[in-house]
Formats: sequence, structure tokens, C-alpha cells
Amino acid sequence: MSEQINFSQELNDYIAEWKDKPGNLIMILHKVQEEFGYVPRKAALKLTEMIDVTLAKIYGVITFYHYFKLEEPGKYQIQVCMGTACYLKGGQDIIDELETNFGIPVNGTSEDRKFSLEALRCVGCCGLAPVMIIDKQVYGKLTKEEIPGILKKYQ
Amino acid sequence: MAYNTFVLICGGTACESSKSDEMYKLLQKEIFDNNLKNDVQVVKTGCFGFCEQGPIIKILPDNTFYVKVTPDDIKEIVQEHLVKGRTVERLEYKPSEDKGRVKIEDIEFYQKQFRIVLRNCGVIDPENINEYIARDGYLALEKVIFQMTPDDIINELKISGLRGRGGAGFPTWMKWNLTKKENADQKYVVCNADEGDPGAYMDRSTLEGDPHSVLEAMAICGKAIGASRGFIYIRAEYPLAITRLEIAIKQAKELGLLGDNILGSDFSFDIEIRLGAGAFVCGEETALLRSIEGSRGMPTPRPPFPSVKGLWEKPTCINNVETWANVPVIINKGGAWFSKIGTENSKGTKVFALTGKINNSGLIEVPMGTTLREIIYDIGGGIINNKKFKAAQSGGPSGGVIPEQYLDTPIDYNNLTAIGSMMGSGGLIVMDEDDCIVDVVKFYLQFTVDESCGKCAPCRIGGKQLLSILDDISAGNATEQSIKNLKAISIAMNNASLCGLGQTASNPVMSTLKYFEDEYLEHINGKKCSAGKCKSLMTFTIVADKCIGCTACARKCPANAIIGTVKQVHVIDQSKCIKCGACVTACKFDAVIKG
Amino acid sequence: MSKLTLDDLRKLREEKTQEFSRRNNEQDKSSIIIGMGTCGIAAGAKETLNAFIEALDTNGLTNVKVKQTGCMGSCNVEPTVEVVIPGMPTVVYGNVDGTVAKKIVLKHIIGKELLDDHIQDKPAMDIIEN
Repeated sequence: MSEQINFSQELNDYIAEWKDKPGNLIMILHKVQEEFGYVPRKAALKLTEMIDVTLAKIYGVITFYHYFKLEEPGKYQIQVCMGTACYLKGGQDIIDELETNFGIPVNGTSEDRKFSLEALRCVGCCGLAPVMIIDKQVYGKLTKEEIPGILKKYQ
Repeated sequence: MAYNTFVLICGGTACESSKSDEMYKLLQKEIFDNNLKNDVQVVKTGCFGFCEQGPIIKILPDNTFYVKVTPDDIKEIVQEHLVKGRTVERLEYKPSEDKGRVKIEDIEFYQKQFRIVLRNCGVIDPENINEYIARDGYLALEKVIFQMTPDDIINELKISGLRGRGGAGFPTWMKWNLTKKENADQKYVVCNADEGDPGAYMDRSTLEGDPHSVLEAMAICGKAIGASRGFIYIRAEYPLAITRLEIAIKQAKELGLLGDNILGSDFSFDIEIRLGAGAFVCGEETALLRSIEGSRGMPTPRPPFPSVKGLWEKPTCINNVETWANVPVIINKGGAWFSKIGTENSKGTKVFALTGKINNSGLIEVPMGTTLREIIYDIGGGIINNKKFKAAQSGGPSGGVIPEQYLDTPIDYNNLTAIGSMMGSGGLIVMDEDDCIVDVVKFYLQFTVDESCGKCAPCRIGGKQLLSILDDISAGNATEQSIKNLKAISIAMNNASLCGLGQTASNPVMSTLKYFEDEYLEHINGKKCSAGKCKSLMTFTIVADKCIGCTACARKCPANAIIGTVKQVHVIDQSKCIKCGACVTACKFDAVIKG
Repeated sequence: MSKLTLDDLRKLREEKTQEFSRRNNEQDKSSIIIGMGTCGIAAGAKETLNAFIEALDTNGLTNVKVKQTGCMGSCNVEPTVEVVIPGMPTVVYGNVDGTVAKKIVLKHIIGKELLDDHIQDKPAMDIIEN
């Protein structure tokens, strides 16, 4: 670990604000992931010095919670809801389509690193099932036929 | 010229099949013939729900509500109601024999009584504290600070009969009382907003639509139990709810409704937000507390209960969002008022997220004791495409199914437990004849296996074993012994797991075996999945007429089981086919069918 | 804003309650209330909001207020919008995209007619009794 990772001023301020509050680790990790899109190992190492926790504890927490990512995601993040309503209405077909015909593996990233695909727990838009989200844009009542057209928008 | 009367006629699919389109045209003709076309507008609406009473016609602004209208009635409605201004009594909705006629104004009176949790959702601007205050907001807090002792508050809750809306249904007053009785320098109030059940979003909607109701309730609890700090633990996946809560907390602090010396009294209470990070087990209260403390969300054995040793080992009172949202109303209107609503053992209302194969999916609040039939057919507008109802799933991964024979059972805590399901947080997912029970149970088990924290063996190992047996059943590799094994493991998990997640993880298995054992046996003995969901039990074939020989399927087939060259009809070699379904997905011409 | 005393709160509540009930009953103020929960926004409520503001602006309707609220519960027909116009019944419209929003402004608000196919009314919610 030769070179240090740089945190933005905002992130540094946030960490300073939370430093002495009990139970701060998860809140700080959220902020780190917001900045980098995942939690880089170098960032975790830097945190050990900044808030006085062990690397083991940090990794314990990151690996326990689904929300935290250890690897850099693709340029666009696709999330397909797999809540019960979406599942019953064909969420799996959407995932199959993305995997089979677009080479985007579930919980992985396409080879060109353009798209990551995540099967998500319920996002709570059950009225729109099945639901796919790409970078916060929600596509509801989706059919697999619509997917090629949607993905084209993200080239 | 302006219309003075509006005739609303249902244009939903269910009503359209019962001649509402014909009636729409008749209405227009009659109105034209009677020279009313400048006064009356006929409007087609979306589905009213309540389809068993359909077709429905509603006349505004009179608010008259006609049900089971036939084309023959149109003339009379126009002549009597629109021309002469007299209600056609025989067509008006009558709720039940003994109650006689009810005007919608009267009915709305009932409705307002029953929107307790969602009283402000869809009514006020959630980002404006003044609108909450206008609707009796912070009136209950005012009352408890200046007029009530802690015992008064708890007693009011006791009279109300409010039970926890998050899962097991523990009496709320008892939780508060246990925490109050502890002696400690610091106590905490916690709101569980870690709504992780797939298919449930009642709490999110409440927080997004009426965040102050939760803040007010937590402060009331603080006063009752002697706590000065509260935490809201909320899923990071709910960004809008988080933003609205942040705004609400800020506004309440600015007005001095949270913070030091609230309203000039000696009572101080502050609330902070803590984010979850996508772990279902954190909905379990001891796991949730560990997560607020910044650690892995692993449950701890109870006792000690959080009311004795909770957050940072201090006495802590935890309730979920929906439970909190009831509290200010109970304080304002009194426990006795609240206890009149609902059934003997379950008071008040319940909010359900009604989803799945239902026409009007959405968020509903009904009095405890409402039947599933009323929810699905009256409010929900029935099953999509008029398919046959198979079962409703309640309680998420910890719950079970409610089959057709219990459609008329009043829904409350005890009845649901008696039929092998549970109230849970309120996800209500409707399944039709196209849904395979084994497949749905596999879905839930996959979920609990993913979400098991791994601390105790019954949950960690048991769940995995259940899932692998279910996989065998859906692949046609099981025997009747498999069912015995499912039952034995389920019972062991239920008895021996450390926390609620493990104890209830086998509920979907047990409950479906109780009502749908035949369907399991069909998979096991008949090697057949009638709903067509279990791929391994299907055969995939290519329809010669539709295949254009594009080779897309052959290229995708991982087993090289598809024979054929360009522009030739392709054929699947059944001996090689591994039934992955990739060819169905690959084909752009719907030429590959499964069956 | 400064911190409230008990009297301040009571005064504020009285004032706001009057304002609020005036809005609901006498309908002397026209308003468009848009359901902006996660479902609504996912289904396009923000575009709906913009379309309303634009259409009101184009037609010079400065007295109609556009407001937001939480989820109205009709998830299958989001975005949902409640339209309160004096002299017209207050109705909730569903599936309101930008085009429908424009129609509501032209037809409902200016033309004083209701729109076909978009009204959502759930009598059963009112009727089911204890």
C-alpha cells in the first residue's frame, strides 16, 4: 500500500463529524461508498487510522451487509427487483434476458465494464412490477422485449 | 356553459365485460334525448374495485352510488335521477340488510375513522410541518407533556389494545411498561424502519407521506418511559423516505417540538437517523440494535430483552413504523375509541401492501377482521385476467399462505396464526393458478438462506437443506421421503433457532405442505408442474411454423442440444436438453415453447 | 423560526387548521396535488409535476397551486393526482403522464369537464365496515 487514497473535503468533514459518535462505522462506510461507488481496500485502510477501528472489523461489516460493495461496479448499474411481486410477474425473465443475450452476469459486470447487474431485494414499487432500475431511472411493467431499446440509451 | 352533474361509469376491464361500454353509450343517448347534454357529462373511470357489485355508476356531486346496474336500468336512472332529481333507491348500494341505505357521506365517515395510520398520506405535504400541525399534529405530544403522567400514557395504550405491527404482535403497552420500569441513567427509543420483507412497503409509504407522525409518537414514548434520545433505523434503499425524515426532524427541531425543553417544558427529546445496509436479519430487534451500534447485525439471545439491555446495554423500547403511527391518534382520541375498531384480540386497523396477480395493487388500510375476500375482490378489483385465485401469501418469508377455503376468515393476529400464516409486516401477495407453490416456496427459502446471518446452526444449515430438497422436488429428483424430511427439518428449525428469522424461515414450507401437499406430490410422483414454472419438469420444443432458422437458439444452447442450420427449422434433441430455458429467452419469434 | 411555546403551538395549529379546511371544503383555492412517493416518482411523477407547471404557465392560470403529497395508495395507476377546482367535484386521476396533465389543465380546469378513463375512485375503501 504505497500510495494513499484521497478523500474529498466533504468526506473528510463527514468523518470528522462522526468520529466520536458511537456506532459510526456503518454511516461512514455509506459515505465512502457514495464517493467511490464501492469501498476500496485503500479507503478501508485509511479509515483504520482515521476512526481507530481494526481492518478486520471494517471488513466484517462490509461483508455482512449486501449494500456494501468490494469491487468497482460497471459504468452503468442495472438493478432488477426480485421482490415477491416482481418475481411472480417475471423478474427472473428480465435477469435471464440480460445474462443470456447481453452477457451481463448477475451480481457481476459485463466484460466491457459498461454494465453491472444486481438482483435487488424489494424496491417497494410493487405496483410497477416487474421493475428494473438503471442509475436511479426506474423502468416499470417491463417486458424482456423492451430491454434492447432501453440498453441502447446507455452507450 | 358548464356541466353541473357528472355520471361516472366504470371502464375497468371487469366492468367492461359486464356491458359497461354498452351502458356508456346508452347513457349518452338518453342524456341527449332528454336535452341534458349541456348539463350532464358521462365519464369513464378506472376500475372502482368492488367488482362483485359491478357495474357501478356514481353520480357527482350528489355522491349517489348505484351498483349492479344493467342496461335496462339506464333509462330509469336518467329519468328519475337526472331529470327529476330523485334517487333510484332500488339500485343504491346497501351494505347489509340490517343497516339499510347508506349515503356516501355517511360511508365517508366510516372511512375517515379507519384511516388511522395513513390518515395523512396522500393528504398533506410531508415536507411541510404546518400541514401536519393543521391535522392535529403534535396535539398528542402537547397532551402527554402537560396533562398526562407516564402511567396515564401507558394505561391509555393498554386500554387501546394496540399490538406491535411488525411481526409477532406483542402488546405495545407492555413493551413500554417494561422499559419504563427499568432504572437507568439513559434509555433509548428506537423506530424499526428496516422494512425488508420482499413485497412490503407500508412503512416506506408512511414515512414518505407522514414522517412527523412517527417523530411525534417516539417523543411520546420518550416521555412515557423516561428516555431523551431516539433512533430511527431505516433501510438505505429508501432514499426518499430518508430525505423526508431528515426534513421533518429539522423542521421539528426548529419549532422546538424536538430538542431541549420541548414547548418550554422540562422534557427533552432528540431523534437521529441510522442507516441500514441491506440485511434482512436487522429487522430482528436484537440484530437491529447491534447494527445501530455499528457492528455486524447478528441477533443475541433473549432474555435479556431490549427493554432491560438494549442499545449500548441500556433499556430500549423498539417499535416499528406502523405501530408508532397509531400512537398519536390513540392519545388524541383515547384508547377506548381505538379499542372499538377491530376484533376481540386485534384492535385497530392494518395496512397491507396488496400486490401480485391483483388488478388494483396498492396500499390499503382496513379494520382488523376484514376478510381476504373483501380485500381481494372489493378493494383489489379481483385477479388479473379473471384467473382463478390460488392463495395469498402474508407475512413474507416468515409467513405462510392463505388458501381459498379461508377467503372468508376475518383477518387478525390469532386467525392468521391459527391457519398457519402470520400477520407479519403486511405484505399481501396474491397468487393465481399460474403460480407454482413449490417455486414460490423456493423463492422464499432462497431469500432466508441468503439472509441468514449464520450464527446458529439450525437456521444456517437447516435452511440450506430445505432449499436443496425443494430444488430436488422441482427438478423431479425427489421421493415421498423428501416431504418427511422437509417436515422434520422445519420443526427442528422452528424449535432451535436463535432468532425470529430462523424460527419462522420454515413457515412457508409448513404452511404450503398443509394446504398444497398434492402439488408437491404431483412434482414428486407425476414429475409434472401444472403451473409450468419448474423448468426441469418441462419439455422444450420448437414450433416448425414459427422457426425461421436464425440459429439464435442453437448458439445460446449450452448443451449443444439444438440441431439445425441457417434458414432451416431447428429441432431440440431431448436427450441432450438440460432444460435451462436459454432457447426460450433467445428466440425472437416465440418459436420455442415449453410444456 | 424560533422555538414554540405551548401557546404558540396552539395558535399555529388553529391558524393552519383553518387554512387547511378552507382548502378542502370551500375550495376557494384551486390546487393540483401530486402523489410523490417512491412509486409515484418511479412512475414519472416528476415529469407530471413539470408538465402541470408548464401547462398552467402557458395558459396563464396563476391561481392554481401545484403541491406534493405522499403515496395515495393506488400503486397500479401511478402517477396519481388529486384535482381540486371550485365548482367541480374533487377527483383523483391515475396514470397521469405529461400528456394527460396537459389534458387535465385544458379540459378539467379550463373546460370544466372531467376526463375519461383516468378517474380513480375506490368506494369499497369507504364502505368496508368494522
